[in-house]
Amino acid sequence: MHISVDSDRCIGSAQCAVTVPSVFEQDEDGLSTVIPGREDGGGEPLVREAVRACPVRAITIKETEDA
Amino acid sequence: MTDTLDETKTLADGPEDAPAYPIGRTCPYQMPPGYEQLREKGPISRVTLWNGRIAWLITGNELGRRLFPDGRLSSDVLDPNFPLLAPRIEAQRQQAAAPPLVGVDDPVHARQRRTVLPSFGVRQVNALRPAIQKYADELLDKMLAKGPGVTVDLLSEYALPMPSAVICMLLGVPYEDHHYFDERSRHVLSSSGQEQAAQAQTAFTEILAYLDDLISRKQAEPGDTLLDELIARQLDEGKVDRQELAMIATVLLVSGHETTSNMIALSTMALLAHPEQLEALRSDESLMPQAVDELMRFTSIGDMLMRVAKEDIEIEGHLIKAGDGVILSTMLMNRDPGSFEGADDLDIFRPSGRHVAFGYGIHQCIGQNLARAEMEIALATLFRRVPTLELAVPADEVPVNAPYVLQGVSELPVTW
Ligand code: SF4
Repeated sequence: MHISVDSDRCIGSAQCAVTVPSVFEQDEDGLSTVIPGREDGGGEPLVREAVRACPVRAITIKETEDA
Repeated sequence: MTDTLDETKTLADGPEDAPAYPIGRTCPYQMPPGYEQLREKGPISRVTLWNGRIAWLITGNELGRRLFPDGRLSSDVLDPNFPLLAPRIEAQRQQAAAPPLVGVDDPVHARQRRTVLPSFGVRQVNALRPAIQKYADELLDKMLAKGPGVTVDLLSEYALPMPSAVICMLLGVPYEDHHYFDERSRHVLSSSGQEQAAQAQTAFTEILAYLDDLISRKQAEPGDTLLDELIARQLDEGKVDRQELAMIATVLLVSGHETTSNMIALSTMALLAHPEQLEALRSDESLMPQAVDELMRFTSIGDMLMRVAKEDIEIEGHLIKAGDGVILSTMLMNRDPGSFEGADDLDIFRPSGRHVAFGYGIHQCIGQNLARAEMEIALATLFRRVPTLELAVPADEVPVNAPYVLQGVSELPVTW
C-alpha cells in the first residue's frame, strides 16, 4: 500500500498523528505528513482507522497491487 | 437532480412532527428528555426552533460523518438563513464581521486556521504540559487550604481558572488579567435568553477591546507568545489586518475557556458517579488519554453544530434544500447504537476515536490537542490530590446550563 496526505485539504487536526504516530507526523506548520520511508504503513493495522478518523478525508491509501 | 420513485421528503413534509429544539438537559452529562425519540427517528429528522422555524436535525453517526465535510453545508453565520438556536446569537450577528475560524467558510477559514495552527500542534502542546501542571497544582493548593469539610465551587476555583490561565499564557495575556476573562467568556458562550443577549454582546466587545489594546502594547514591546508571533509574521507582513487579528485572538481566548472548563466539571461529575471506573483510573493514570476521549464522547458538551445549506443536497431519501438550516447533534451521533456498543454507558476502556465531540470536517476543534492535555492533567491531578472528593449537593441539584451553546453547569459544589 502507499499512503499519502493531501496537504491542501489537511486542517492539522492531528487525528492521524495521534492514531498512528509511527506513520504520520506534524510539520512546522501544523500540517500532517507521512514520515519518509513509512509510506507503506509499516504494517500498522491502525492506518485504516486514521483514514476514517481524518475529518476532511485528506489521507489516501493506494493498494499497490492494482496501481 | 433526477426524480426518484420514492417520495423525497423535504422540510415542508410533516412540520407537525418537528419537536421544539434545543431541549435542556436534566442531568448535565446525559441525553435530555426527548432525545430517545429523536434517536429512534434518525438518522435525519426535523425540529422546530425558538422562532418557529423548522430545521433538519442530523442524529446518525455515519450520516453526520458524510455531511460534516460536505462543502455544500456552510458555517457562514452572516447568511440570513443560518439557523440560530437562541436570541442571543441573533444579537451577536449584528456585528459587522463574522467570527473568524468558526463562522466562516473556506477559503477564508483555511487561511485563518493556518495562521494559528502551528501553535496548537501535538509537539507544541506537549511542551506546555509542565506549565499546565503547575497551574493545576497552584489552584489546588489554594483550594485545599480552605478545607477539609468546607464546600467550594470547583468550577470557579479550579475548572475555569485553569484553562483560563493556560490560554492567556499561550496568547500572551498577562496572568494578572486572566480573571478579567473568566466571567466574560462565560457570558459570551454560555449565557442564554433574551435578557442575557445584551450581556453576551457587551462581554464580547470588552474582550475584543482588551485584545486590540494588548496588540498595541505588544507592538511597542514584543514578547515571544502566540500573539507576538502573529503580529510579527502576519500583521506586520500584511497577511492579516488588525481587526481580524484581534477577532481571531478573541475567538481563541473565549473558546479556550468555556469548553475545557465545562469538560472538567462534567467529567468530574461523571467519574464520581462511576466509582469503579474512577478507581481504575486512579490506580492506572496511563488510562487517562482514553478516559478523556470517552468522557468527550459521553458528555458531548458542544452538542449542536449549525450549518446552512448553500445548495440542494439529496441524502437518505430527504431533500435538504438550499437555504435550509441543518443542525448536527454531536451527542446523538456519539450515542448512535450503530456506531457504539452500549452507547449510553460510560466506559473508559472503550477504544478511542470515532466520536465527533470535537466536531468533524474542516471546523474540527483547532484546540483539541491543548484541550486533551488540559483535561488529562486537570482530572489526574484533582483525583490524585483530593482522593476523598465528593459532591456537596445531590447530583440532581447541580444547576445545569441552558441548552443553547455549550452544555455544562453554572457551579459545582464539592467537598472533601
Ligand atoms: S487527520 Fe487529516 S486533517 Fe487531521 S492532521 Fe491528519 S491528515 Fe490532517
